[in-house]
Amino acid sequence: MKSSHQIELTAGLFLLLAIAALVFLAMQATDRGVASGPTYEISASFSNVGGLKPRAKVSMGGVTIGMVERIGLDPDTFDARVTMRISERYDNLPEDTSASILTAGILGDQYVGLEPGGSPEALRDGDRIMITNSAVVLEQLIGRYLFNTDGDDQ
Amino acid sequence: MTPDTPGNRLFDRPLRELGRALLFLFTAISRMRFSRLQLTETLRQIYFAGVRSLVIIVTCGFFVGLVLTLQTYDTLTRFGAGDAVSTVLALSLFRELGPVLTALLFAGRAGTSITAEIGLMRATEQLDALDLMAIDPMERIVQPRLIAGLIALPALVLIFNVTAIVGGVFFAVFLMGNDPVTFWSNMQASVELGRDFFGGMIKAVAFGFVAAWLAVWFGWSARPTSEGVALATTQTVIATAITVLILDFILSAFML
Repeated sequence: MKSSHQIELTAGLFLLLAIAALVFLAMQATDRGVASGPTYEISASFSNVGGLKPRAKVSMGGVTIGMVERIGLDPDTFDARVTMRISERYDNLPEDTSASILTAGILGDQYVGLEPGGSPEALRDGDRIMITNSAVVLEQLIGRYLFNTDGDDQ
Repeated sequence: MTPDTPGNRLFDRPLRELGRALLFLFTAISRMRFSRLQLTETLRQIYFAGVRSLVIIVTCGFFVGLVLTLQTYDTLTRFGAGDAVSTVLALSLFRELGPVLTALLFAGRAGTSITAEIGLMRATEQLDALDLMAIDPMERIVQPRLIAGLIALPALVLIFNVTAIVGGVFFAVFLMGNDPVTFWSNMQASVELGRDFFGGMIKAVAFGFVAAWLAVWFGWSARPTSEGVALATTQTVIATAITVLILDFILSAFML
């Protein structure tokens, strides 16, 4: 039987070990999420969002700068309206930034890619991106290829 | 009293048992007192429930990580997606396997010994002796074990997760020669601290609470005979396993 002093010491060491494990896991194995810290909201309308889902990443130049907050249908234009949360660190995106829905790899998840424009004005909270490219829907693409209905004969 | 129909009798006993267990829990929490002695006793219980479970947790964690990586790596390479093995490993560990397996092992290792200890105290009238000495057994026996379970299980889950990941690294990087940088960066890219990791830790706290409560309760309510203590110990494992797995589903459904 160990003395009570030793038991308390071992119990303390055990908790210390657990805290070390917590720090290790938090630092080494996880991402703090794209939307940690202050964010602001911008939106964009697409005629088709394909398989884009809420929480999908929003990236510019391959760097993740935010995530998709929600996707809804505009009741007037019947366009899909994608609301994104962008990290406050990137608060100087030009006003004429364009947004496209891209796919990571052939079978990867869909995400929103932003392409910076040249305007000196920056996008503010609640602003809307005007230039957008919809998702490429593979079925439509194959259909066009098979039946050559694109009208663009050579 | 309700009439003693067969249908009532079927549900009567388990319902009353549940009610008594809840009442017991409320009594234990409402009489919570914090003193120097209480802290010392809680630390001792953390030692018995936590430190003494380290060997089984570390061994099982390592081999779970190993076999999980082995199986998913084998499957994923068929689709040319072997790099995703660290994603699968970390997500399934943090969200499900870590908390659930640790809780089941904890019930077998620490829960049973808590139940047997308190049950024997009941059988040998030590609890009554404490009462006679004007020492509240709730305060001296029950509360330290409840708090210890609440602290020790999440701590064990953290250690389990780390050793399982070490097992995964051992298999994927050292045995299969995968690139360690890809391994870690894929894991970091796909695991989110709040949702995946702390979501799993919320489960761990909930499971620790349930496991400690059930272990203490079955010991407390054990019939004061050797069969009674044996039965109570068995019931602890069964009840904890069932409750943890049901609770796991409910918590997952809420969090996803």
